[in-house]
Order: sequence, then C-alpha cells, then structure tokens
Amino acid sequence: MTGLLDRRLLFVTGKGGVGKTTIAAGLAALLASQGRRVLACEVDAKGDLAAAFELGTVGFDPVEVPGGPWVMSMDTEASLREYLRLHLHVPVVGRIGPLAAAFDFVAAAAPGVREILTVGKLCYEVRADRYDAIVVDAVATGHILGHLAAPQAINDLVKVGLIRSQTDWMLEILTDPTTTGVVVVATPEEMPVTEAIELVGAIRDETRVDVASVVVNRTLPELFGVRDEVAFGAIAAARPGALCERRFDGIFDAARHATARRRLAAEHVARLRASVPDAVPIVLQPYLFTRTEGRRATHQVATSLAGELA
Amino acid sequence: MTAPASIRRLVETEEILLCCGPGGVGKTTIAASTAMLAATTTPGRVLVLTIDPARRLADALGLEGIGNEVVRIDDATLVAAGASPRGELHCAMLDTKRSWDDLIERHAPDAATAQRILANPLYQNITGRFVQSHDYIAMERLHELHGTGEWDLIVVDTPPTRNALDFLDAPARMEEFFSSRLLRWLIAPARGGILGLAARPFTQIADRILGTQFLEDITEFFLSLHSMYGGFVERARAVARLLSDERTSFVVVATPEPSPLREAEFFLTELGRRQYEVGAVVLNRALPASLAEPATEAAADALAGDMAAFAKASATELGLDEATCERVLRTAASSGRAWSVVARREAAARERVARDARLVVTVPSLDGEVGDLEGILTLAGVLGSPA
Repeated sequence: MTGLLDRRLLFVTGKGGVGKTTIAAGLAALLASQGRRVLACEVDAKGDLAAAFELGTVGFDPVEVPGGPWVMSMDTEASLREYLRLHLHVPVVGRIGPLAAAFDFVAAAAPGVREILTVGKLCYEVRADRYDAIVVDAVATGHILGHLAAPQAINDLVKVGLIRSQTDWMLEILTDPTTTGVVVVATPEEMPVTEAIELVGAIRDETRVDVASVVVNRTLPELFGVRDEVAFGAIAAARPGALCERRFDGIFDAARHATARRRLAAEHVARLRASVPDAVPIVLQPYLFTRTEGRRATHQVATSLAGELA
Repeated sequence: MTAPASIRRLVETEEILLCCGPGGVGKTTIAASTAMLAATTTPGRVLVLTIDPARRLADALGLEGIGNEVVRIDDATLVAAGASPRGELHCAMLDTKRSWDDLIERHAPDAATAQRILANPLYQNITGRFVQSHDYIAMERLHELHGTGEWDLIVVDTPPTRNALDFLDAPARMEEFFSSRLLRWLIAPARGGILGLAARPFTQIADRILGTQFLEDITEFFLSLHSMYGGFVERARAVARLLSDERTSFVVVATPEPSPLREAEFFLTELGRRQYEVGAVVLNRALPASLAEPATEAAADALAGDMAAFAKASATELGLDEATCERVLRTAASSGRAWSVVARREAAARERVARDARLVVTVPSLDGEVGDLEGILTLAGVLGSPA
C-alpha cells in the first residue's frame, strides 16, 4: 500500500470542529519540509488554512509560504473561468458574472456540477504536474461524498458534452490508490468517531477512492499508569495536610478532568479500531495545550505527524 | 424591573428557540436539554425538533427510525430518569426527503405535476443527497409545526450546514430562486421548444459543456417546479416572518475554543444585522471554573517547589509509597499548569463574547458524554441554574 506521504492528492475531511484544517496544514508543512513542492488548497473559503500559515486573504492564485507549501483558496467561478479558457478556448475577457450566475443556477439543480469545478481543478493540478503533492482542506463529512462522487454523478447524469468527456481522466486520478487518498479526521468523542466510521464505509461503498488514514486529533496523553491512578484517587479523596487548601482545587480538578476524558477517549479509539478495516491506519495526534493556531501550531502538528507516519 | 435574563426565563416566554452554531459543539444536546428544562419547569407542551442526532441520543429520545412523526416521551420514562415533569416533552426528527416530498405534493397544481417532479432524477438527487436542502426544509417544517398551534414551545436544533447561517437565508434564497429573471429566461424558450433555447449564447456554451439532453432535463425540472411558484414564495415569506417574530429567539451554541468561538461571534454579528433576537450564548464543554483561577498556577508552583514534603505528608497519612506519591503529585502539578493555560484562554474568550451578548451561560464538560435522559436532565439543571 502506498504510504500517506507518498500520494499526490490528499483530501482531508471529517466532522466540523475536529481540526481538519490543522491536520491539512500540518501535512502540507510536513511534505514541504521534506523538500517537496506542495499545494495546500482550502475548499470552504473560511480562511482558516491561510491563518494556519499566518497569511492574509488568499485567493485562487497560490501564495508561497517561505519554506512551506503554496496556499490557495478554491473559487468555483475562477475555476470555471480557467476551465473555459483551457478547454473551450472561449474568450473570457473580464467578468464572467452572468455566465457564472447561470452556471450556479444549473448547479443548484444538477448534483455534481458545482463540485466538479472543485474536484476538476484539483485533478487538473495533479495532471499539470506543477506540484509534487496537493493537500486539500476539504469539505466536511456531509459534503465530501458529493465531491468525491461528482465525476461519477456527472458520468451518470450527463450523457454527452465536454464535461462528460472530462470525467474519465478525473476518475482515473481519483480512484488510483497510489495517487489519491482521503484522510478522515476525528476527535476521540462519540459523534466524530461515529461519523468517521460511517464515512469510511460510505467512501468505500459509494466511490472507488481510497481511504489513506484516519487521524484522531486532540488525543490526551495518559496521565497516570494504573497503579498511580489508584494512588491519585486516594490522595484526591483525602487531600492530606496542606493539600486540602482551596488553592489546590484546580490541580485536582484538572487531573480528574484529564483522566475522565482520557478514559472516555480510549473507548472511542478502541471502537474506531474495531470498526475500520485493518488496512486503514489510525494515526493519533496529541492535544495541543498551548497555542492552537498559527504557524507555531502548524509546525508542532507537522513534527508530531512526522513521528507518527515515519 | 424586568427579571434578569436566563435560559429559564427564555423557555417561559418564547414560543420558538433556535439553537444554532458551528458543527461539533453539542447543539443537539443543548436543544434537547433546553426542551427538558422547559418540560420540567413550565406546564406547557414542549417539542424539540432535531435534525441529525447522534444515535445514542436518538435512542434516548425514542427517535430511532420514526421518520417525520412526533413522539412523546411519557411521564413514566421521564420520572424513571429522575425528572419531575410539569409539562409534556415531545420529540421529532427531520426526515429531509419525506418533508420535501410532502411539500411538493402540497404545492403542485395537480397530481400529474407532482408525480413528474418526484420522479425527476435531478429532484431525487437534490433532496436525497445534498445537505444544503436541509436548510429550507428545516425552516419549512418548523413553520408547519408552529402553525398547528399544538405546542407552547418548539426548540429547534438547526441543520449542520457548511455555512452555519445558510438556513437563515434559505427562505429568501428560495423566493429569489423562483422569482429570478434567470429562471424565467431559462424557461421561456423551453415553452416554445428546446430549439429556441439553443440559440442563446449561454446555452451555446452550456450545451458544449453539458450536452443538450441534460439541458432539457434541467429545463423540464425547472419548468415543473415553476408551476409551484405562488405557493412556494408565499410559504418562504411566512417562514422568514416567523424567524424574525418576537416570539422567536436564537440560542447561539459554541465551545470555548478559538475556531468555534470565531464562528459564534460571526453569528452574533449576522443575527444582529438581520435584527433577530439573540436570547443567549451557551458555551458548552467548558473546563471547571477552578482551573482558570490565578491561584491554580501558583499552587502548581508551590506544589512542585516543595514536592518532597507534600509527598511525604501524603505517604504518611494514607499509608502509600513515598516515591509513588511524589510521582503522582508531580504529574498532577504539571497537568494542572497545562490545563490552567487552556482554562484561562477559555475565560478570556468568554469575556469577549459577553461584551456582545445579553446572556452567556457556561456549561461545564461532564465526566461522561451526554447520551441518555439522565445526562440531558443534568444539563437541563445546569442551563436552568441562575448565572
């Protein structure tokens, strides 16, 4: 099986709020630090990926992070413009506003049409071979199937025409497990893990795209070994000597909180392991106590991913 | 003097509470707990409408496999969970596909048109596969349920959308869609046959991209939908009115972490701009308040600085091994320091949000996850306690 870091196109997805962007940024930074030319693409245009590299607003034209990846933000209108220019030789001078509006309108009814502009652009970049790797900060769980399955949906719905003729090579790129992989991000909690399990199943059932890995983000380190936990319980219950002072409340609360969360998280990770096929590696990422955003955090994530994926 | 703002007061005075916020913050749980609070503190009939509940929660609420039906959680079940119901607690889940089908059947001019739309592959794709269609239908269903007059309070768990505010704009977008020039423009020539359509520049390009057959399918679909224009627009307007009605209030739910908070703040701004009423901000899964106290870090230092003495005292008093005690206390001190950093960050964020909101309620993270009625009842208690 091709390792995660050896693929050309990685879609990073997961339930909202689990840290997709952080993981995508970490992966892109890691690949770039290995000397590869990397394109990191944010699909939902919230600007979080640019923030992970402390860039200002980033558009359709990639911006280089010194020593890091190139960062771009997906824009379906710009993608349509590029598509028309490349494939139809339609003179697209200035605004394509009305055309884009019309396209939007068709896209509202035709599943896959809008999505194909996103997926198509990414596949195009693989084919154009300007980057060694493309990391996509993709849409969340509920939408990713629509994106990955867009070429197939177009294939089924549209019988002739240029778009139809384009879907074959896109499908070839997407379904080649040595080229493309999906990284499903979760946190060790009930809903994120459940959604990750369901998504891994759905991707395998409904698309022919390979799931490269499940990343469990924000896992807490084990605080105490089994015997130490018993000792901690005894001390926390008795609070002997000066430890009974109120100022120590926070310390005992924190340890109790961390232990309870860790125990619960371990159950969810076990459930994930039991439900995801053995061929899909599960990668654990630690909880970041200090800065959780910006380049420093991205660097920390890249470093720990390097350790996990080595 | 008016009573101070509280969730307790909101469930007494409002008819609709919309819980909204970014994904993954526990919106469904907060919605269910708010409804539970209402059913245990007011004598009314309360309904919680959830969109996509976690399976365990759906089980707990008796929602598994019930589709669009409304089910009541009977008093015996509530009492068994430790609640003392004053009113009735009902639950419903949104079945997007079925709600759309109902809507089409209601608004189509005749049965044949309804059948034609329901059978259209584009329609099936839109309603079945695409989450965006949750947006409008959730608000439409709310309107329908509110219109029956059967409930004193409806608590809505809003749909998980890519842009969390999409559902607010859904009625307006739906109206815009049906009354747009583009739609008329696309449809007009189709009435005279597809050939007229092919003469236009857009369709020439679209034809090269998509093919004529596909364009015909799309046009036919829009043409059928267009026959429902009047009913749709009227409903969309009524739904929009309901959202800004003074009996409706929004509860913005977030967790005290940077990204969800940024979205929540964006929410507050947007709701304000649209002149919707924000009843409360709920910061879910917050760390215990003791962690944020400045004393905690100092205490961690004190503990670390005099570790041997503390370990010795503990070992002697509890009959434990001294080395073990030292190891445990050292770990506890460093974990306390790490978590107090997180807790202080949360506290600062809470203050920032409090500047923009009338009421901020902090809900501490419970030891377990909320997946049963007992858990929901516990959370209801937290939501109902005075700030």
